[in-house]
Amino acid sequence: MNRVIPGFGLSLGITLTYLSLIVLLPLGALVWQALDVGWERYLAILSGPRTANAFRITFATAALATAFNCVYGLALAWVLARYEFPGKRLLDALVDVPFALPTAVAGLALSALFVKNGWFGGPLAALGIDVAYTPLGIAIAMAFTSIPFVVRTVQPVLEDLPADVEEAAATLGASDRRIFATVIFPAIFPAFLTGASLSFARSLGEFGAIIFIAGNLPGKTEVVSLLTFIRIEEYDYPAAAAIAGTLLATAFVMLFLVNMIQLWQQRRIGSAD
Amino acid sequence: MAAPPTIPRPRKDDLGARVRVGSGATTRRVLVGAVLLVTALILVAPLAAIFAEALKHGWAAYARSFAAPDTQYAILLTLITALVVVPVNVGFGIAAAWCIAKFSFPGRNLLVALVELPFSISPIIAGVAYLFVYGAQGLLGPFLEAHDIKIMFAVPGIMLASLFVTAPFVARELIPLMIAQGSEEEEAAVTLGAGGWRILRLVTLPNVRFALLYGAALCNARVMGEFGAVSIVSGNIRGQTNTLPLQIELLYQDNNAVAAFAVATLLTAVALATLVAKAIIERLDRARERAH
Repeated sequence: MNRVIPGFGLSLGITLTYLSLIVLLPLGALVWQALDVGWERYLAILSGPRTANAFRITFATAALATAFNCVYGLALAWVLARYEFPGKRLLDALVDVPFALPTAVAGLALSALFVKNGWFGGPLAALGIDVAYTPLGIAIAMAFTSIPFVVRTVQPVLEDLPADVEEAAATLGASDRRIFATVIFPAIFPAFLTGASLSFARSLGEFGAIIFIAGNLPGKTEVVSLLTFIRIEEYDYPAAAAIAGTLLATAFVMLFLVNMIQLWQQRRIGSAD
Repeated sequence: MAAPPTIPRPRKDDLGARVRVGSGATTRRVLVGAVLLVTALILVAPLAAIFAEALKHGWAAYARSFAAPDTQYAILLTLITALVVVPVNVGFGIAAAWCIAKFSFPGRNLLVALVELPFSISPIIAGVAYLFVYGAQGLLGPFLEAHDIKIMFAVPGIMLASLFVTAPFVARELIPLMIAQGSEEEEAAVTLGAGGWRILRLVTLPNVRFALLYGAALCNARVMGEFGAVSIVSGNIRGQTNTLPLQIELLYQDNNAVAAFAVATLLTAVALATLVAKAIIERLDRARERAH
């Protein structure tokens, strides 16, 4: 243990006190309220048709948004890591827009684009595709807010990938497709999975970007975070506690998965040395 | 005569250099083109739409959007919230990074996970959680009521929820950098007789100043734009507890789209400034690395 440098007690004390007051106290209060509901009532709340539908819609649209980001994010990371082209710097900076732009602003902008007389909504309506006020709109809002996750986890791994393995495979006559599938993809897979999990987790809890574009029809386009908000406005605290408690538990499961993936990755890198 | 067995030859480009996967001109063009197209549609178009909608009825209408007292109050409240929350979380970020990066102790990994926890939790959950602490039915509700302290549906609630949501931002920028930089310089300073605060001020902070600045800028952008958590704890009282994102929603619901988009341009400008700051900081960092 390093005790040469001063300030360990003070900095750890500040960190633990602050985290206890700002993070653990409120989360503890939420868990306490959720447990206070009682199992029977808890299950009754979650299995009510409106709540069950909200969970179903949220998970389905989050999965769709994550699938999009797996493809687009991987392509984006690949292009940024492998090629030089005019505007690359700008593209790299644009990736962070969804993290820096407030979700409410993103939601407002996306709804303006996808309403019937919007830039995209008009042409899409002519093709018979409705986005605004449909689950597809929810998925697009989720996809927008979680774009950076896959890119920013995969990009550094791709950049650090040594060229020699690839070259060796090429020397042996393997095709690009085969090298990608057997050499490159396995190397980036843990990072890819981490990015996808983070993207999915973020989509499950998204609120601001969605409510502008979703239409928010109970049972059809109402997501879990919005339902929680509505229950709070109705002063139905047990329902809000049960739904928010379930979302919190889901977030913990996702975090646990991400940590397991990272442990697996570290072990793999460790064994390769 | 039987053909000789084919020996696979390494593929090379025109200059004879070995070729990496996907370096063919066609693959490259198709991939770059597709990515640029999708990015233009999903990332650039929304940004452009905000400004186009805000200026739909000209500059005069745009400027008029900021004359409403409620909007001006929302700007003021958002600035005040950021002025309180950002310095607090900069302080927390430095403390957390100091103990995590400079020392090893049992539970260190758990502490890192705890610092990053708010990042993985929906702001809506954060808002509900704060309501269960400080609301009338909450853990501290009866105590606060007895002493006539108002936190929920008031400015302190907005600040607390913002503190939660942005707690990891500065720490997350500092921790990996401070771990990578190691502790040799600090140890040397101790040997020379410097105290903790002096080391922090003269050695550690100058070494991480760019990451610190960027963390603070991100934290600021997020505080100003926080919507979910604040919309639960603020009670949405016009001219009292409305921050800019809530004001945007209110204007939009009032069918005052131009004003909603006009206010949105302010937050978009903050976001773009944050990204420009990041680009500049990265460039300075690279320049410094080269100088070393």
